[in-house]
Amino acid sequence: MSERSPATRRTLWLVLSLVFAFLYTPIAVLVALSFNQGGLPTVWSGFSLKWYASLAGNAAILSAALNTLIVALVSTAIATLLGTLLAIGVEMRRQYGSGLEALIFAPMIIPDIVLAIALLSFFSLLDFTLGLHTIILAHVVFNLAFVCSVVRARLKSFDWSIVEASADLGASAVTTFRRVTLPVILPAVVAGALLAFTLSVDEFIIAFFTAGAGRASTTLPMQIYAMIRFGITPEINALATIVMAVSITALTLSQRLNRGVIGQ
Amino acid sequence: MVSQIRLRSSLLMAPALAWLTALMVVPCALVLALAFFRRGIYGGIEYTFTLENFGLVFDPLYAGIFLNSARIAGTATLIAVVIGYAAAYAIAAAPRRLQPVFLFFAVLPFWSNYLIRTYAWIVLLNREGLITQLLRWLGYTGEPPSMLYTEGAVIAGLVYNYLPFVILACYAPLSRLNPELAEASRDLGASAMTTFRRVILPLTVPGIAAGAVFVFVLSIGNFVTPALLGGGRFQMIGNLVYDQFLTANDWPFGAALAMTLIAIMLLVLTAQALAADRASGRTAEAKGGADV
Amino acid sequence: MTATTLRHRSLKTSSIALGLALALSAPAAAADLVISNWDGYMAPDAMAAFKAATGVSGEVVVHATNEEIMGKLVASGGKGYDVVFVSSPFAEVLNKLGLIETIDHAKVPNLANLYPEAAKLPHDVGNNFSVPYTWGTTGLCYRSDLVKTEPASWNDLLAPSDALKGKTTMLATDRWLLAAGQLAKGYSVNETDPAKLAEVKDLLISAKKTLLAYDDTTFYSKLVSGEALMVQAWDGWCNYGIAENPQIKYVIPREGSDLWVDTMVVMKASANKDAAFQFINFMLDAKNHAWAAQNIDYKVPNKPAMESLPADFLAKFPNMSMPVAELVKFEQLRDVGDAQRDYSKIVSEIKAAQ
Repeated sequence: MSERSPATRRTLWLVLSLVFAFLYTPIAVLVALSFNQGGLPTVWSGFSLKWYASLAGNAAILSAALNTLIVALVSTAIATLLGTLLAIGVEMRRQYGSGLEALIFAPMIIPDIVLAIALLSFFSLLDFTLGLHTIILAHVVFNLAFVCSVVRARLKSFDWSIVEASADLGASAVTTFRRVTLPVILPAVVAGALLAFTLSVDEFIIAFFTAGAGRASTTLPMQIYAMIRFGITPEINALATIVMAVSITALTLSQRLNRGVIGQ
Repeated sequence: MVSQIRLRSSLLMAPALAWLTALMVVPCALVLALAFFRRGIYGGIEYTFTLENFGLVFDPLYAGIFLNSARIAGTATLIAVVIGYAAAYAIAAAPRRLQPVFLFFAVLPFWSNYLIRTYAWIVLLNREGLITQLLRWLGYTGEPPSMLYTEGAVIAGLVYNYLPFVILACYAPLSRLNPELAEASRDLGASAMTTFRRVILPLTVPGIAAGAVFVFVLSIGNFVTPALLGGGRFQMIGNLVYDQFLTANDWPFGAALAMTLIAIMLLVLTAQALAADRASGRTAEAKGGADV
Repeated sequence: MTATTLRHRSLKTSSIALGLALALSAPAAAADLVISNWDGYMAPDAMAAFKAATGVSGEVVVHATNEEIMGKLVASGGKGYDVVFVSSPFAEVLNKLGLIETIDHAKVPNLANLYPEAAKLPHDVGNNFSVPYTWGTTGLCYRSDLVKTEPASWNDLLAPSDALKGKTTMLATDRWLLAAGQLAKGYSVNETDPAKLAEVKDLLISAKKTLLAYDDTTFYSKLVSGEALMVQAWDGWCNYGIAENPQIKYVIPREGSDLWVDTMVVMKASANKDAAFQFINFMLDAKNHAWAAQNIDYKVPNKPAMESLPADFLAKFPNMSMPVAELVKFEQLRDVGDAQRDYSKIVSEIKAAQ
């Protein structure tokens, strides 16, 4: 923001503060509720740490959280790779019919329940064993479409003549990708990966249908939605609070580390 | 040269397209084909060909639900795009070192569960909730405002949950805007507003479009928010499809509804994408006699 | 720079995770028995106790709603599951679709603990394919300290007094939403006559105008906070409200209620049917079944279990002591076959009405 006028800078900071206030207001409530004495999700009845203690002893929730992390990380990694390649392929071609366009939009548009039932019926038909791996296969389907959209948005204004020039100068395709294309699309790839991870962490219906019968492939949203009938206890709020605290710590550490490395 | 580009692009696209074909096109085609059969008396499938399911889809009731949920999703999209674009712009203008940090903090709230985030909103907004209590503490004595179980609450909930996706989508093209570009435009005498309108906005339209598509398709398929923040008074089209498959156990009608929905949305989206592409003029010369 | 390092790191983490995922999804030492249930619907240590008693190991997985587990069982043919907990109309459909096994009474001797009435439930006379686990009624749950006159009719909910307008909720699940209207009109909860269903629809659309919300998950906390004053509720859920605030009371309107029954069924695809029957037998043990009554505040159809409940518990939740003879007078929700299409269309019309 260095070359901007002070007024513009103030406005931009104001926008950021307001948006972050909006994003974090319910999160403050959620964190507060993790210390709620009573079990009702919407009524405050006193301070207590008991939900943290009971979370520590709840093997079902903890294993579900680990499963969710695995599904989200693996499906994000695969989808980021495939989605990025797809985006480059599509935009490089610069001439694509509506069929291809529709195929890429489809995973975002098909109602979750249709994809969920379709995949389960399909896997059963093939006698495919269900497990965490089938959830990952399914999550990659929609995740890659989202990653592809974000990367394409950036490639729209990419000047492909640089790629040609690089090739003319004798650089191999891989070198050209690493030195020319990748640096340009990297922020979009990171944004796409964050988006895919966020979608996957919270996805319920498709995971429920494509999961195997058993604890080993129960994800956190499956565990939480199942609590609806007898009330979602603040254990989940405690878990969310811990997840956020850990993420923030990890980010802070990595920032420190990076600065250290750059400093040398 | 052209054929070499085609070959290379095909190779790049192949893994993703194979994935989509095996795990989306084939399975979904199998289920959607059920639209042409009859529902069995106990919810199974009776394999006699019929078009009656499509006849039912065109009942004004479903058209009404479709239009209403499109209106709610559209409003949420509009608001989310305006706020999200502004936030992405501010992030892209921040010092480079801080940008990934801001992006991270924009998605972090969404690594908690959808249900408990929604419950948190209920705690804030309900008639006996935190906002009402705050108002009372400030000396307000009238009837508490009714904020929950309204269309506004549904829209706010959708905007909240999908805002980070707009921020991410808009950030992608904004982050590569060369500050010198804006400077050059200013040096040529353009006002800040003109620079934004003529230089920055057109370059970032693809990001806005991607973000808008995200919010719209995720909103129109959402059912937790209308159920909890809308008090179940509003039905989204995604909910309707879900109900046919699971509550009514009527897969043929669910498939017919889903197929119609997918067809309409694909038509609109691909038309929009192709039009945007053509409008940008970028592909004009390449398109020529291409396979459009 | 930061972004690059972040990405490299995430790639490394994800390859570790990929290895982990593959290791986990390899056919691990599977439990002998897989039970699908609502979370919290049986004792947390039930499987350990079952293993101690029988030597059979098992694990519990959870489902959110009847509809979801049903969809999953239909799409997969029920593979992987042994015992599933579902409400009776769903058990009925699973049976008609040929997905569940006949109950072998010789292997479930504790069926003798059931009230005789529980073996004659209309959805499955003789417990051929389902074993009842809990049962109860649907009525009105209200704040006796804030509602002036005790509600007595479904119409007190559907056409509330001015003081209650905007302070009532109804269940969101199709069949129970319709049941309130059907009962108010004096019709069967399984009515299929289109003209009568149209009347029910009109009644429920007019009731929508005075409702705070449709809610079948947090209605009791709305009563506790005072946001709602009267709600349509299952008896057991009203008890959760009563546990928080003794001023909350439950009443069955004079037009009656439905009789809801949650059941246990054994999947035909199960490879461990004997163990599955053993498990059902274990749950019907008086002590184990009493746990359900005392911890989820639902009536159970088990005579010795109900008789073992402490007096102070029964005093706290009056609807727990409802005589069985009275309970079974009510009609069960049944699968309505082809009329299901009319039912779901009516519910869509009600939910879409402005």
